[in-house]
Amino acid sequence: MTTTSTGTGTTAGARAHARAQEADARGATATLPTRPASAWPAPPEGVDPAAMVHAEVVAGGGYTHLAVARGTHVRLTDLAGDACAHVLAYRLDRPWERLNVADTVKVQWQVYLTAGHLLLSDQGRVLASIVGDTSGRQDALYGTTTRARNEERYGDGAAQGESPAGRELFALAAAKHDLARRDLPPSLSFFQGVRIDDEGRPVFEGSAGAGAAITLRAEVPLLLLVANTAHPLDPRPFTSTPLEVLAWRGEPTAETDELWDATPEGRRAFVNTVTDLAARGIA
Amino acid sequence: MSLIDTVVPARAPWSAVVRAGEVLTITDLGGNQAVDFLVFDAADPSLRYSAPDTIQGQDSVFLTTGSILRDCEYGPLMTVVADEVGRHDTLGGACSKESNTLRYGQHTWAQHACVENFLAEGGRHGLGKRDLVSNINWYMNVPVDPDGALGIVDGISAPGLSLALRAERDVLVVVSNCPQINNPCNGFDPTPVRMVVTR
Repeated sequence: MTTTSTGTGTTAGARAHARAQEADARGATATLPTRPASAWPAPPEGVDPAAMVHAEVVAGGGYTHLAVARGTHVRLTDLAGDACAHVLAYRLDRPWERLNVADTVKVQWQVYLTAGHLLLSDQGRVLASIVGDTSGRQDALYGTTTRARNEERYGDGAAQGESPAGRELFALAAAKHDLARRDLPPSLSFFQGVRIDDEGRPVFEGSAGAGAAITLRAEVPLLLLVANTAHPLDPRPFTSTPLEVLAWRGEPTAETDELWDATPEGRRAFVNTVTDLAARGIA
Repeated sequence: MSLIDTVVPARAPWSAVVRAGEVLTITDLGGNQAVDFLVFDAADPSLRYSAPDTIQGQDSVFLTTGSILRDCEYGPLMTVVADEVGRHDTLGGACSKESNTLRYGQHTWAQHACVENFLAEGGRHGLGKRDLVSNINWYMNVPVDPDGALGIVDGISAPGLSLALRAERDVLVVVSNCPQINNPCNGFDPTPVRMVVTR
């Protein structure tokens, strides 16, 4: 609470009270966006502070959303070891084209996504590439949590409650872009791993510990929705710690990059993508 | 009493409302015919099948007797009450012209695919592209290897094998009798399936 307030019984007092808050809060809150992002104190190695376009620490149980240009790199970091970044991706310029998790795992013949894998849209194109992964604990099968099941498991699943459901957070993030619950397909999650055993049963692995990071590269103008809340298979009492989200300007995957030709499926996805972007005058 | 008893031709779409308590029995007439399947709350189709929520509610990524097909808010839509095959897929999604170009090459662009059926049949009920999510593939065999490799492999079904689904509330079922010919999901030869709804 501010110490400079002279009371909020008048508009002048209320204005003074509101205006005093920014300075009073400086340094007191760890989970906040840094704006402009160029003011972020520790850009990733080799990144010019001026190239930073987003810097934020999302609280456990919080969400964010980023609209970024093609080529932008987005790094998610599990600061304390118990973040779980549930992610949905859309074409920013035509959001009816969106992440298709089933196509992503089927086309790439792999359910454990890591660096070198692509996030594919329902239109046979690349939305984003995974260009860095120091975690190795990801899940493409179990989606996110629902309010009903969180109420059953924790007693609460509301977005502003003690144990927010990922779908409730996604619904709010989506609404900021005029998207509705019908526009929320199955999502991916990063930092809390699930392995499938020989019988098809899930084995929850948990995280790789504090500091693990995953870096995505936008291959199209991209909308990312990020909900940071406990994984649906996490057996513990509700646990969710802060997630750092940094983004900076960069270049999309080029035909000369190793990733372009890493697999025939990926090559065709990149070709489909640049063909579409070229027709629209985007690339 | 049979309310519906129909044969869905090879490669064709199909849809029906199945009322709470009614049972839909699907029979794989020719053997190893993938039946791509979506199900919606008939009164509020924004509540639609969710593969992740369904597998969250059980201890396996495969579907069989006892599996509860859940919607995107975790509510039960249908329950698998009988299954002569043993396991079915809900990870692999539907084939599309677009994903076919990635999996097989641009030469498959002209081919028929499940998403074409889902869009056409869903459109008759006011459903569109945003309503298509990861579906069920009855009779499709999609193992997950220890290294995470997932693939559509030769089926484990046979001519005449059936499965039965009880509706837990009034639901709209939308099906694509899969036209895929580039992988073994239909034994490289799409065949008809039978749909029977009983009370």
